[in-house]
Amino acid sequence: MNGAGASVVSPGQAALVLISRELRLAWRRWGQSLHPVAFFLMVTTLFPLALSPESAQLRSVAAGVVWVGALLSSLLALETLFRADLDDGTLEQVVLSGQPLAALMLAKTLAHWLVSGLPLVAATPVALGALAVPAVAFGPIMLGILLGTGVLSFLGGIGAALTLGTRRGSVLLSLLILPMAMPVLIFGARAADLAVRGEPAGGGLLLLTAMLVLTVTLAPLATAAAVRICLE
Amino acid sequence: MSDVGRFLAMGGYARFVWPAYALWAAVIAGNVWGAWRALDRARTRALRRLAARAHDAPDRSSS
Amino acid sequence: MNWTWFHRLASPPHFYRIAGQLLPWFAIPAALLLLAGIYGGLVLAPPDYQQGDAYRIIYIHAPSAWLSLLCYTVMATAAFVGLVWRIKLAHAVAAATAPIGASFTALALATGSLWGRPMWGTWWEWDARLTSELILLFLYLGYMALRSAFDDLTRADRASALLAVVGVVNVPIIHFSVYWWNSLHQGTTVFKAQPSIPPSMLLPLLMCLLGSTLLYGALLCVRVRAEVLERERQASWLAGLVK
Repeated sequence: MNGAGASVVSPGQAALVLISRELRLAWRRWGQSLHPVAFFLMVTTLFPLALSPESAQLRSVAAGVVWVGALLSSLLALETLFRADLDDGTLEQVVLSGQPLAALMLAKTLAHWLVSGLPLVAATPVALGALAVPAVAFGPIMLGILLGTGVLSFLGGIGAALTLGTRRGSVLLSLLILPMAMPVLIFGARAADLAVRGEPAGGGLLLLTAMLVLTVTLAPLATAAAVRICLE
Repeated sequence: MSDVGRFLAMGGYARFVWPAYALWAAVIAGNVWGAWRALDRARTRALRRLAARAHDAPDRSSS
Repeated sequence: MNWTWFHRLASPPHFYRIAGQLLPWFAIPAALLLLAGIYGGLVLAPPDYQQGDAYRIIYIHAPSAWLSLLCYTVMATAAFVGLVWRIKLAHAVAAATAPIGASFTALALATGSLWGRPMWGTWWEWDARLTSELILLFLYLGYMALRSAFDDLTRADRASALLAVVGVVNVPIIHFSVYWWNSLHQGTTVFKAQPSIPPSMLLPLLMCLLGSTLLYGALLCVRVRAEVLERERQASWLAGLVK
């Protein structure tokens, strides 16, 4: 049903409409957006309790702990990417709208990154402080987490779309995403560790940026294909 | 030590080499058995479907 | 270019018949090569200068690792073909390959561990190759888990096919990142083959590699036949062939 209506609105405008809708909805349910952040903070503070309160030891594991925490929280946040829209039929409307689905999926994932990734980045200094990381390292690490949550949102979008409507989709989603998230974890944690030790982390951050560019351009295509498969 | 004994001892590494080979044999056997069982089950189910359709055929037009 | 052979192969009844005819041509050479290769590797090949008799695990570890990679490549290629050209048989090949590949990946990990213990002193080493194999196992398990999560076979085929294709794009990235990570944190203690392997050691290895590949072909013939039977619900050709 690709009538005259579809050609009036450009894909860019449609994408912006979708993004603003997602942001408005997230603002209304701002409490829900905080769940992954709370999880992140709890996970990162569990490690000092489990290991030792000694600063030097905490600092040596801080990069890894913060990144694993961010990864797990992102997985948690991914469950909300499509669920509400699938339940109330919005997702079908999006697919049937006649706009290029990949562009709309990019918009949706971008909004999801803004809603779930930014609060994580904001919470990172708290976790880092708890793990005895010097304040000079905060900036590079937060940038890394920002880039990394972006990659995870876009990769996760593919997984979320593939598991749409399956039973126990959340467990399956983790199993699907984790192998593909490992490069992000490896490079991100390495960059963060360099920052903790006061060494320049630029190389790792550039790699993360490259991964982000790669996923932003390719992942929406796969997400759109997956949504079509699961809805048809 | 006899020749067979020396062979089985694998230069002292017997407890690594033989379990490895045993696992390999088990995986191959498991794959062969699994494949054969899959085909067997598929055949049985297909035969059952055919029998059911042949049974229904007099009551409806042939597809 | 005459493509009729391809279209006929993609036709389920034709494939079913051919698979049945090909099976002995895969199975018997596979059995002979594997038995001969294992005998050559265990009995005939001399002990290694550095590793003594422990290196003999290579005759099962290397073919398993080889199969794990071959199976994933075939699976992803078949998935791609099935997605783009909508050939159901391609999906059947991918579905049949997954459990075979997963089991040999696990075997590669287990034999790698058993080999590593006398060589490195620990049951598990975060060696780049073992870590990559572990991630490959997760990719296989994810594929099989996604496939089983759908009730509708077509949807299961297409969703898992998309996952396989996305996974195969990720494999080089994962592999590179793991190698980079590993080289940072420890000197590479990976077993490197001697520059010139004596033929008495190399020949059984080649026989095992080839034999394993043929074994995979034989297993495919059987499993894809099973998949075809499961998918051809309404076909009338079944009556003639299934006995």
